[in-house]
Amino acid sequence: MDDSISCKCNWTSKYLVCLVIFLSGALWSSRDVLSNAAGATTKAPPVNSPAWTQVSPKPQTQPLPVFTINYPRIQVPFEITLWILLASFAKIGFNMYHKITIWIPESCLLISVGLVVGGIMYAVHGMPPAVLTSNVFFLYMLPPIVLDSSYFMPTRPFFENVGTVLWFAVVGTLWNSLGIGVSLYGVCQIEALGLKDINLQENLLFASIISAVDPVAVLAVFEDISINEQLYIVVFGECLFNDAVTVALYNILSFVATMPEVETVDVFLGMARFVVVGLGGLFFGFLFGFAAAFTTRFTAHVREIEPFFVFMFSYLAYLVAELFSLSSIMAIVTCALTMKYYVEENVAQRSCTTIRHVVKMLGTMSETLIFFFLGVATITTDHEWNWGYILFTLLFAFVWRALGVFVLTQIINPFRTIPFNFKDQFGLAYGGLRGAICFALVFLLPQNITCRNLFITATIVVILFTVFIQGISIRPLVECMKVRRTNRKLGTINVEIHKRLMEHTIAGIEDICGQWSHYYWKDKFKKFNDRVLRKILIRDNRAESSIVALYKKLELQNALELLGPAPSDLSAAPSLMDLQTKRNFPASDLRNMHELLSKNMYKIRQRTVEYTKKSALPNDSKVREILIRRHISIRHSFRVGSFPRTGVSKRHRFLSLPPRKNMESRSPPSRPSYTSENLLRAPIIFRHGTWIPVATLDLLILCSSIVLSAAELNNTIKQIIFRSRLFSTLFGFVRSASYTLPPGLASLDNAEGPGLEDKQSWKMTLHPCSGSRGTDLELEPLSATSSVSQLQRFSSRQERPLQNRYHQPERREHELGQQTSREPIAEGLWGQPQRDSWTAHRYSRSRDEHRPGGGNLPPSAPTGWAQEPLIQKGGGSQNHLNRRPHWRPHNPHGPQSPGQVD
Amino acid sequence: MGAFQSVHQEDNYEDLATRTGFSPEQIRNLHRRFKHLTQNGDKLRRDHFRVISDLELNPIQSQIIEAFFDKRNFQGNGRGTVSEIGFEEFLIVMSYFLPTDPNLTAEERESFRQRKLHFLFNMYDTDDDGKITVQEYRHVVQVLISQSDNLDQEEAKEIADAAMLEVASLAVVHMAPDEFYEGITFEHFVKIWKGIEIEMKMHVRFSHLETTSICK
Repeated sequence: MDDSISCKCNWTSKYLVCLVIFLSGALWSSRDVLSNAAGATTKAPPVNSPAWTQVSPKPQTQPLPVFTINYPRIQVPFEITLWILLASFAKIGFNMYHKITIWIPESCLLISVGLVVGGIMYAVHGMPPAVLTSNVFFLYMLPPIVLDSSYFMPTRPFFENVGTVLWFAVVGTLWNSLGIGVSLYGVCQIEALGLKDINLQENLLFASIISAVDPVAVLAVFEDISINEQLYIVVFGECLFNDAVTVALYNILSFVATMPEVETVDVFLGMARFVVVGLGGLFFGFLFGFAAAFTTRFTAHVREIEPFFVFMFSYLAYLVAELFSLSSIMAIVTCALTMKYYVEENVAQRSCTTIRHVVKMLGTMSETLIFFFLGVATITTDHEWNWGYILFTLLFAFVWRALGVFVLTQIINPFRTIPFNFKDQFGLAYGGLRGAICFALVFLLPQNITCRNLFITATIVVILFTVFIQGISIRPLVECMKVRRTNRKLGTINVEIHKRLMEHTIAGIEDICGQWSHYYWKDKFKKFNDRVLRKILIRDNRAESSIVALYKKLELQNALELLGPAPSDLSAAPSLMDLQTKRNFPASDLRNMHELLSKNMYKIRQRTVEYTKKSALPNDSKVREILIRRHISIRHSFRVGSFPRTGVSKRHRFLSLPPRKNMESRSPPSRPSYTSENLLRAPIIFRHGTWIPVATLDLLILCSSIVLSAAELNNTIKQIIFRSRLFSTLFGFVRSASYTLPPGLASLDNAEGPGLEDKQSWKMTLHPCSGSRGTDLELEPLSATSSVSQLQRFSSRQERPLQNRYHQPERREHELGQQTSREPIAEGLWGQPQRDSWTAHRYSRSRDEHRPGGGNLPPSAPTGWAQEPLIQKGGGSQNHLNRRPHWRPHNPHGPQSPGQVD
Repeated sequence: MGAFQSVHQEDNYEDLATRTGFSPEQIRNLHRRFKHLTQNGDKLRRDHFRVISDLELNPIQSQIIEAFFDKRNFQGNGRGTVSEIGFEEFLIVMSYFLPTDPNLTAEERESFRQRKLHFLFNMYDTDDDGKITVQEYRHVVQVLISQSDNLDQEEAKEIADAAMLEVASLAVVHMAPDEFYEGITFEHFVKIWKGIEIEMKMHVRFSHLETTSICK
């Protein structure tokens, strides 16, 4: 195993080296990739340069070129693409063998690769690539990073600690800047160092650059060892807001640094400007955040572009703030925080996922590129080395950080319920890594600063030192010091309930004793929000309802899964025992349940999802395509009389389904059923302009008890999936058909033990995505987006009868053939009265019974598939929003009691 | 209690402070709040809580209010409920929500934790039989979910049942087929909470009390 991994690693690293060489070769000719990039997006691509054109000076004599190369035309985007690819490949490389990234932060690795690439470039042509010498960083690379951080800000812990976060971010940064700046100025007075020409303003400017912390690596470590929530959020929030502070400070100081002399008035003007910059950013953030929320209110019919608004509005906020020289970081952070809540309620589930993924992707990419360029720049920049200055910078950066944390904590601790202890302070101080912002800012220094190169060198040294030494050592140190941790692993459903009860109790107690904590303000805001904001910003008929419906569905199924593995009687089924004693519900299941609970309990003081991984994609497990449900009879046999169940009929046992009446009234007409053989042979017919394979894509009920063992069933399902994929490729009407075998199912292959030998039947439901492409599908992740939406196991104590009755493939096929050949579909079919056909046999029987009388069953309804509202064409999408899941209990009495029809 | 005449008041505060763990300052604030709730009376009754409009929105408001009148939550091993409480009982109930003192020893911390858990447990166990039966559990879950329009009672029931079964499988490893899991005992309750720092979560600050406000 290890061999194979290391083999893979070797292979990967070889591949990467080759790639690096190739890419650097491709890139070396371009020195100003990124500086061009800014222009390239606004200007037309550069005109052909003579060196590359194939056009001869005398065009009239030149025959039509058969093969031409026009590199300059594509140069800029081409090179950008290659750079991004290179960085991404490097990232892939490290994550192949994930043990590396546990002990060495990814940023270190990226810098190392950057160093290698820089070395190669240096060796090849000795010219540094112009990295980040322009506005590219601020206009294109910083916004995604900030958006990423702020969009995934764990809202609740943040607002609980907002005071501390801002305290550290604002005051801490000022403290660091001033401290480092002044002490460096003091050092510069030492004759021996020969740095007399660096004045106070320049020192302060440099200090403001160097005091921006960017602890990506630390956050990853904290996340990993689940450090206590308070420390995590303070580090997280500090890094976000201190960027804003630093940039504002930098802008002011870089202006001041160029002034010939500074007067007292300027100092006060500077302070005033600082405030204006911050508040202005805040204002534009709110403005565009609300604008985005308001816009998404109306995007119900243009789902395709929905995610776009999030990006455009936050970028707009950023740009407008930049236009007025306000704090653009502040603007984008506020914008993201403001709109997130409303937007996510307005947009469809899928758009929400898209937004999250894209935000994450852009952010990660930017970060990767920056660290990568950092490595490259380290090699290829002209350095000016001054031992004294650089070492003192390192020293002061560390000392002032530690001092700052210590002093500021002493001041803030009395106001905190859970004060930071010494270990927390250490984590906070030691986690002060420098990163992307420092690097970018220092390259933006105006050329007229005397010691620009020295500053660059010193900054790079500080970054490398902190990222490598502190970044690598913080994990062992924190583990060794036993910094308080929070158990953040997802608990059980019980814990969720108890916690919520506790939270509500606390809220109630606070009300009783008149506590004015943030809860109070939260309440105030919540009410304002409910009364005013929500009404303006959130669509009435909003997507949430369907999402919640989905949650409900998921939750119920999860609840069933939880119900399934009853503790008793395990010895009876050894193969199941492993499965159950481990209680191995996938974490995603539990998470779904948690999300459901958190969305539905106590709306006033709602809890947000606790943590969002900074380093990983957000959890999108909301959309689960296949859900397996446990065998009801197993549960029953486990719990015969062991569990008082009042008011729930046996039929509803396996279901936490909506009660029967609901199903009848709300769910669409019946679905046809097939035995597995039929569905694989189901013909495709062309109707209403859409190719629809009869049966296959509509609904499948597999009665495994009849014909299939579990293995056969798997096979069958795979074939179906394959078929539906094929159809989707050919005709495009099935959006996505994906299928993964749930773990429980796989292990059932050999679960023919005593516990399982009693009847199993399987039900699988396939929903086609209809010919009406696009618009309506998003809201039904379970049903519409996945063709395999439910996979259910049923109990059937009446196995024998079922077996005898249902297994009539010849007849079925015969009928299908008839129908497809004979019956053009009738328009009225879409609105046919509901019908209840449980199985193929049942249906065919009842059809036969009814046909003579021309009763309530339409003769033209071949299999019932056409009545599936999912493929309803041109119907309002509202139906889909409110449609309940199709829960179709497998009614064992069906065939025997046609009286239940309707 | 109740005899908080201005002369003895300070002494009383000191006395209460040692017994409940509040600081005299906090007690003074809470007493002012108590007076405000009782409209300068000495006894707090259930209907006094109705004034707090914010509490109306709390789904478990009745449970919270009941907790104040539950003898089990007072010092001593009382049972049953009372109809009105004095300031001392009020304080004692409030003291369940004190933040953990970081200087406590491991043992004290553990007993503190147990106290808090017991308080929560009592909120479920309304009939005081030492067990959270499935009916009690269902009731709480239903109440918790009641504010959501999207889940109906049937589903709340299912959740509670699932949770119950979860505890059963957690607590009783081998259960005979006919065995009946009667309810969550306090031991099992503690087991569920294992690994969760309730002492870090279950607290109210008791500072900046706005004693006269009835939060709007």
